[in-house]
Amino acid sequence: MIEILSESRCTACNVCVKACPANVFDAVPGGLPVIARQDDCQTCFLCEIYCPVDALYVATDPEHATGMTEAEVERAGLFGSYARALGWKKGREGGTDRDPTYRIRLASLNNLVPGQQVQGVAP
Amino acid sequence: MTDTIRLQSDVLILGGGPAACWAALAAREAGRSVVMVDKGYVGTSGATAPSNTGTWFASTPERRARLIEERLKQAEGLGDVRQMHRVIDAATQHLHVLAERGYPFPIDDEGKLYIANLRGPDYMRFMRTQVLRAGVVVRDHHPALELLVAKDAVAGAAGYARQLNQNWEVRAAAVVIATGGCAFGSRILGATGLTGDGYLMAAELGATLSGMEFSNQYGIVPLHSSVNKGLPYGWASFYRADGSPIEIPPGQRFPVLARESLEGPIFARLDRATGLLPDALRRGQPNCFLPFDRARVDPFTDVFPISLRCEGTVRGTGGLKRADDDCWVGIPGLYAAGDALERQDIAGASTGGGGPTASWAIATGVWAGKGAAAFAKSLGSGAVERKVRPAGQAGLRPALSVREVDPAASVALVREELLPIDRNFFRSASKLAQSLVRLDSVWNELRDHAHGTGALGFRLREVAGLLVSSRWAYRAAEVRIETRGMHRRLDAPAGNPALARRITISGIDNPRFDLDPAPSEVLAS
Repeated sequence: MIEILSESRCTACNVCVKACPANVFDAVPGGLPVIARQDDCQTCFLCEIYCPVDALYVATDPEHATGMTEAEVERAGLFGSYARALGWKKGREGGTDRDPTYRIRLASLNNLVPGQQVQGVAP
Repeated sequence: MTDTIRLQSDVLILGGGPAACWAALAAREAGRSVVMVDKGYVGTSGATAPSNTGTWFASTPERRARLIEERLKQAEGLGDVRQMHRVIDAATQHLHVLAERGYPFPIDDEGKLYIANLRGPDYMRFMRTQVLRAGVVVRDHHPALELLVAKDAVAGAAGYARQLNQNWEVRAAAVVIATGGCAFGSRILGATGLTGDGYLMAAELGATLSGMEFSNQYGIVPLHSSVNKGLPYGWASFYRADGSPIEIPPGQRFPVLARESLEGPIFARLDRATGLLPDALRRGQPNCFLPFDRARVDPFTDVFPISLRCEGTVRGTGGLKRADDDCWVGIPGLYAAGDALERQDIAGASTGGGGPTASWAIATGVWAGKGAAAFAKSLGSGAVERKVRPAGQAGLRPALSVREVDPAASVALVREELLPIDRNFFRSASKLAQSLVRLDSVWNELRDHAHGTGALGFRLREVAGLLVSSRWAYRAAEVRIETRGMHRRLDAPAGNPALARRITISGIDNPRFDLDPAPSEVLAS
């Protein structure tokens, strides 16, 4: 679930308040938004990629808070890591035109032959 | 709370996933005004946005025939060939529409546009832009709580704007329910809002459901995560705690893993992915690697713990039953699309998986949007002037005295009864009966005493949707005394040919279960 809203990174643009499908955040007049309903978080990671300044971190456990700190997330280089993996930048979409999933699905079809060990497919 | 927000349109769409967006676009193309209200945010709502999904399409009649043949084997007698044709053709056509509108499909190694995959976050963000450009009025964070009726016809909906703390009411000539399936409170990607709301609202007007016994598909997740995406496990080996491999006969992955998980912890390693596959998996399915990267696990070399999470009707096939090819659900003006509809046509007793279900959302979205637009046109502009009454019952208008009902405790009970493998994956008459006693008791309390307005009304209506869906699912499972597809009865482990028929459900409190006539079209090709 959502665990960190970095106060040092956040610019109070409130995109997270708008884009979270579970309405987890609350806007605060004159201040930074807050994680108001953490237990409603569906651990979909989408707030991370909509955040234009990589200020959010969603831990992968959807049931319990892990207590991870901002310093730990920073040290591990995890702020913005999902956006980078997708090719999204500054809250804007990108990278789906370079999605290599067709190679996976091609291999997946070959994989249907019982007992056949799948080798990597040609690039 | 301040004044009620009042809007009107020819067509009102409830929901914000792919089916809702396609329905909104189709209704606009037919020249109707469209309002779209979503519980969350159109673009991130629902099960598609956080996912990566295949599509079910065919550019040649030969490929289409092959796809249908594959599905018929899995449908176990409950599929419909004619509808499979229609879905594949409509989805194929509209995947090309998506490309024409500028969706950046990748180019494959043969230089061809690759339309067999949709990356959820990009796809749904693109659909939001298309819907707004088409002139649809989009209201995010506006969950619908109930439908409005005029005589025997639907006439709009009412709900609560969560971020504005205001009630809303939309008068419309026709309504499309595209609110998704029901995940029974399971913590899987995109399921928080999938609480069966649309089933409940439509049933309150007399709509029927079908396939609700096929509501117990489970997905593999890395332990303590929400990521129920199955593609990488095509290259997994599975292990027990002592390191011994779990042998999986073809097609038996889920029953074998489910049984093993009752004996002890289960593990996986993606050790059958070699060569260029690890890189393609990593770059093609980034969401699948979040749990690994954040736990510093290399899934290709390290053994990692997994579990199975219930996916309810999101990957099951149950839902509202449609009455015609336009996805009309039998109430004048009321249509449904996507996971809100039952999907036995394309999946029968098995899961629709990602691809067929994604194509189903496109096809039924387009059909429902067109159907609703035509109905709205036939009613004319006087439709929004009709005298209406609100139709919502449980959670909003108690049958008896008002008493406090705790929505969180009720959600917890639904989870306890519907999510465990040993209750819902492996079913039996005695376990179903035990669960139903508890579900009925909480349902009765809610129906008789719960009275919610505003934020509490929203929570109580979610609970009502969860409870009514749970009761339909387990009652239908009681009626189907056999094992068919994902519905596995320990006390009836074989299929019964007399039950190769769908079960139609009508009613909320004391639902009736009727076996449909045997589908005549299943064997036609």
